[in-house]
Amino acid sequence: MSHVVVEGVSRTFPGKRGGEPTVALSPIDLTVERNDFVTILGPSGCGKSTLLRIVAGLDDPTTGQVMVAGREVVGPGPDRGMVFQSYTLFPWLTVADNIAFGLRRKGVPAAQQKEIVDFYLGKTGLTKFGKHLPKELSGGMQQRVAIARALANDPDILLLDEPFGALDNQTRGLMQELLLKIWEDDQKTVLFVTHDIEEAIFLASRCIVMTARPGRIKADVEIDLPRPRDYHLKTSAALLAFKERLTEDIRAEAIKAL
Amino acid sequence: MRPLTPVSRRARIVLGLSFFVLFVAVWSVATFGGFVRPIFLATPIRMIDEGWRLMTRFGFSYDIAITVWRVFGGFVMATVVAVPIGILMGAYKPIEAFFEPFVSFARYLPASAFIPLLILWAGIGEMQKLLVIFIGAVFQIILMVAVAVGSTRRDLVEAAYTLGTGDGGVVRHVLLPHAAPQIAEILRLVLGWAWTYVIVAELIGSSAGIGHMIVDSQALLNTGQIIFGIIVIGLIGLISDFAFKALNRSMFPWSLA
Ligand SMILES: Nc1ncnc2c1ncn2[C@@H]1O[C@H](COP(=O)(O)OP(=O)(O)OP(=O)(O)O)[C@@H](O)[C@H]1O
Ligand SMILES: [Mg+2]
Repeated sequence: MSHVVVEGVSRTFPGKRGGEPTVALSPIDLTVERNDFVTILGPSGCGKSTLLRIVAGLDDPTTGQVMVAGREVVGPGPDRGMVFQSYTLFPWLTVADNIAFGLRRKGVPAAQQKEIVDFYLGKTGLTKFGKHLPKELSGGMQQRVAIARALANDPDILLLDEPFGALDNQTRGLMQELLLKIWEDDQKTVLFVTHDIEEAIFLASRCIVMTARPGRIKADVEIDLPRPRDYHLKTSAALLAFKERLTEDIRAEAIKAL
Repeated sequence: MRPLTPVSRRARIVLGLSFFVLFVAVWSVATFGGFVRPIFLATPIRMIDEGWRLMTRFGFSYDIAITVWRVFGGFVMATVVAVPIGILMGAYKPIEAFFEPFVSFARYLPASAFIPLLILWAGIGEMQKLLVIFIGAVFQIILMVAVAVGSTRRDLVEAAYTLGTGDGGVVRHVLLPHAAPQIAEILRLVLGWAWTYVIVAELIGSSAGIGHMIVDSQALLNTGQIIFGIIVIGLIGLISDFAFKALNRSMFPWSLA
């Protein structure tokens, strides 16, 4: 059974103040197998965040439905962890308490909570910042905490909405490798939205290109590059070939979107 | 001057104090200079003199204590009732739809206009004074707390849901901590208003309290005492406001810029 099945999902936002309704997504079908790493590329405003939010259960599709592990999605749940495009750390909690937020709700014993929190603080290079408040962190650091917070909860499905958008190139590269490592170790199903074509190829087992709004799936490319992957792959001919092909697709859509 | 640029702590204190100095100076010129007749406005010296007599000979500290007690009593009653209702209204829209129209209406009912009614219902005892403050504060707190809770960032609520929080958990672990600093600020504001209600309540049908003293002094045309009473109210308000502010700041360090 496929892990995530998106069936005929569309989303139309009603017009505000008598305006035209916005068709954010035209009906989309997408099937994601368990442990797939799917990256989603597409021009700004084509409905990538909308699609992710619908899978997360934070928004309802206008038509169609999403099935996760054979059950229809009716609302959000801890089986689908999400990292948002905006900064969503709880400003009143320290970094460590933010990471532990989901564990607390689940009633994980304190000692185990601390172990998990320390593990992800280390992984994301934030060990020294456990007691800091989010406002004392840079944007990129906050986003790393948000990733740690989602991972600490150990969801089956990870929904990542441009999680590395605010990071510098070096940190971004390290975070990509970290995410790949976690994915290879833990085996999770990942839906990853990004604007960065290289990132989309480097991470993915499958890369989806969406059209300009209203978003449809324009291309669905299997990325059969060898694993485990590391940064050397980024300069390989095989990756560059994918890059060339996807760049063409994206460019055409970006021009349409303008 | 550049907008929004902060001043140093020293400069702030100096500037703040200098207005008080200016105020007393203008007052002194007006009274000592003979521009205003003493029957309308006492001199600062006379005011202090009267104040000293009030404190030492007429047991004015007892009146102060009574008034403080009334303010805090009524304020605490209003807080205990209003904050939970406000939180429920902010969190649950049907509850808001149920209460909001009435509370918005009741908010404009002037607390002082209830005094004759309250005397009828509760006599001229302490309960009547507390109820004036209660009525004056409770609807305001309800509405403002509801707005504060209702304006919680949606993305934080959504993040909590994706981390496995239930509906009740979102209220407890997101809406409440998010709104807590604003609720504390609302209470500070309303405590300030409670001071004005209490004096009005004490002007009518009262046998003790700062407001009662002021009415007595008016009968004797003793403007020195009246002004001393007013200044005492201002000072107590200032102190309680400072204390409230310091408490809020220490409780919610994350909400400061
Ligand atoms: N709550 C909403 N109400 C009305 N319209 C919305 C809402 N959310 C999104 N939209 C519209 O839906 C379209 C798709 O938005 P979405 O956020 O999914 O785009 P995106 O692909 O994530 O873009 P970006 O890459 O810039 O993040 C946009 O045109 C946007 O204006
Ligand atoms: Mg987006």
